[in-house]
Amino acid sequence: MTSTPTPELAPGPAQAVSERLLPERRQINWLRWATVTIIVVSVVLPGVSLLLRSFAFRWHYPDVVPGEWGLDAWAYTIDDTSRVFESLGNSLRIALLTTTLALLVGMPAARALGQHQFRGKRVVEWILMMPIIVPALVAAMGIHIVFIRLGLTATVLGVSLVHLIPATPYFVLVMSSVFANYSPALEETARTLGANKIRVFRYVTLPAISSGLLVACLFTFLISWSQYVTTVLIGSGILITLPMVLFPFLGQGNAAVAASITLIFVAPAVMVLILTSRSLGRGSTVMGGFGKV
Amino acid sequence: MTDVSLVHLGRAFGDKWAVKDLNLEIASGEMVALLGPSGCGKTTTLRMITGLARPTTGDVLFGGSSVVEVPTERRGAVLIFQQHLLFPTMTVAQNVGFGLKMAGMGKGEINQRVEEMLERVELSGFGTRKAHELSGGQQQRVALARGLVTHPKVLLLDEPLANLDANLRITMRHLIRSIQRDLGITAIFVTHDQEEAVMLADRIALMFDGTLQQVGQPDEFYRHPRTASIASFFRSQNFLPGTRRGNVVSTGAGDLVVGHNVADTGDGPVVVTARPETLMLSNRPGGENCLAATVTSAIYMGTHTQVFVQLADTTWTVHAPPSVTLETGDQVLVELPKEHIWILEDDSEA
Repeated sequence: MTSTPTPELAPGPAQAVSERLLPERRQINWLRWATVTIIVVSVVLPGVSLLLRSFAFRWHYPDVVPGEWGLDAWAYTIDDTSRVFESLGNSLRIALLTTTLALLVGMPAARALGQHQFRGKRVVEWILMMPIIVPALVAAMGIHIVFIRLGLTATVLGVSLVHLIPATPYFVLVMSSVFANYSPALEETARTLGANKIRVFRYVTLPAISSGLLVACLFTFLISWSQYVTTVLIGSGILITLPMVLFPFLGQGNAAVAASITLIFVAPAVMVLILTSRSLGRGSTVMGGFGKV
Repeated sequence: MTDVSLVHLGRAFGDKWAVKDLNLEIASGEMVALLGPSGCGKTTTLRMITGLARPTTGDVLFGGSSVVEVPTERRGAVLIFQQHLLFPTMTVAQNVGFGLKMAGMGKGEINQRVEEMLERVELSGFGTRKAHELSGGQQQRVALARGLVTHPKVLLLDEPLANLDANLRITMRHLIRSIQRDLGITAIFVTHDQEEAVMLADRIALMFDGTLQQVGQPDEFYRHPRTASIASFFRSQNFLPGTRRGNVVSTGAGDLVVGHNVADTGDGPVVVTARPETLMLSNRPGGENCLAATVTSAIYMGTHTQVFVQLADTTWTVHAPPSVTLETGDQVLVELPKEHIWILEDDSEA
C-alpha cells in the first residue's frame, strides 16, 4: 500500500485539528470491515462449502445442506488407487526442493540487487521478471528436450528445476527489498566485535531478514505447489503431483471427491499461513518490490 | 597497549587510488583524527585498519607485527559507525554483551561487565530495552559501550558525532575522550569537521585526495599549515603572494618582515599567511608590517567584528574587537605581527 500524504495540520485550535482527522478514521474502520467481509465471503465460505461437499452423498438444489451424508469420497481419497498420498508426497518433495534451490540461487541475487548499484542492474531486474510475463510453459517446452537428454524428466530434481523458473522472480523480488532495507554496516560491526562470518550470519543477518525470508520461502513453496502444466510436461505424466490428481475431478468427475482432494490440496498452505501469520504481519515492508530505501 | 603503524598503505579501485602511499605512526593510547573532506580516503583507511578492506599496497602493524593476514574478527580493532549502530533484534544488554559472547565468556561474567559498562555510559537500567526505544544519543552511547566492553586493542570511530545535535556532541565528546584516556586505548577516528578533530584528537592526520597532507598537533594546523589548501581547510583565506629575500617578503601591498620561526623556503616566490585572529587594525603609519588596506565589509559577530579588507589584489579577513565600527570603503592599516606570519610553499591556488 502506498502511504497517503499526511494532511498538513494548519496551526489553529485543537478542535479544528480533530475535526479534520475524523473522516480519515471513519474511512479506516469502514475499510477494515470491508476487508473482513471480503475474506469471509471469498475464503471462509467456500471452505465451509467444500467441507460440506466432501461429506455429501446427495446434495441437490435448493437444499442448503446435503440431503444425504456419506464418507464415500473420503474413503476413495484415502485409498491407494486414488494416488492422493503418493502425489501428496511428490508435491511436498518437489516444493521443498524448489524452495531450497530458490534459496541457493535467489539469496545472492537478491543481496546483489538490494544492496549494490552496478551497471546493467535494470537489465538484470527485467530478465529476472521475465518468467512472470512470459508463461513458464514456454521455457519448459525448450528445456524439455535438454532434460530428456540429461535424464532429468520424470524426476523430482527435474521438476523442481522447472518450478524454479516461475518461483525465482518472486523469491528475488521479496528478498531484494528485504536486503535494500538492511545495512551491511551491522555485519561489519559484528565482525570487528569478534564474530566470524558464520556467527555474523547466525546472530546478525538471519534475525534481521528472517521474517522476509519466511515470506519468500512461502511464496516459492506455494508457487511450486500449484504448478500443473510444467509438472505434466517435465514429469512426463509419470511423476504425479497433487494438482494432477485433483484437476480431472474438477471438470466432470465426482464433486465430493474433488472437494475432499481440494481440502488436502489447500491444507498445507493454510497451515503454513496460520503458523507464519505473525511474521507476515511484521514483514509487511517486504512486499514493496525492489526496494529503493 | 598497542601502537599502530601504517606503512606505505594504499588501496586502488580500478586504476584510481582511494588511498595512496600513506605512512602514519600512532602511539599506544593516542587518539588520532583522520581529517579530510568527504571522499578523501579516510574511511577507506579506517576499513583497511579493521581488515574490512584489503590494502592494495603496504602494511598495517599492531604492536609491531603485521595484521594484514589476520581476519577482522581476530584483530581486536573495534569499529563504530555513525549510523545503523545497534543490532535491532537484540536488547541493549545483548548488544553490549555481543563481543564478550563471541569471545566465549560465561553468562555471569558477561552480565557483570555489561552492567559496569552501562553504568560507565550512564545507561544503567536500560539493559532490557530494544534499540529502537532509545534516542540517538543513547544509541550512540550503547554503541560505544559495546565497543569498549571487550577492551579492544584499537578503537576506530567513523564520524562518531555526525548524527548528533550540538549539545549531545559536547557530552559525547567528553565521554569518548574520558573513557578512551581511562582505558588507555589507542583510538583513531574519522571526521570531516576540523573543529571536532581539534577538540578531540591528540594529533591530526589531514588527508586530501587519498594522500596524507600534514600530520601534527592541532595547533600546528592553525599556526604552521604546510600549504594554502591546508590553511583554507582550517578556515583561513588570508593569502598574499610575494617574493622572499632573506627575512623580508616583498608583496603587492608593501614589504613584510618575517620572524625566525618560519619555514626555510629559500628565496623566491612564496605565499604569506596569518590567522584572522592574530591581525590588528593599526593606526601607526610607517609601523613595522603595517599594510594599507580598504574595508570591503564588516560584520558584527558578537565576540568580535569580522572585517574583510582588500590587501593588494587579495581579500583578507581580520577579527577586530567587537567595539570596532567600520564602513565599506574605509582606509585602514592592517598590522601583521611578525611572530604570527607564516610562509607557505607556493602551491597552485594561492
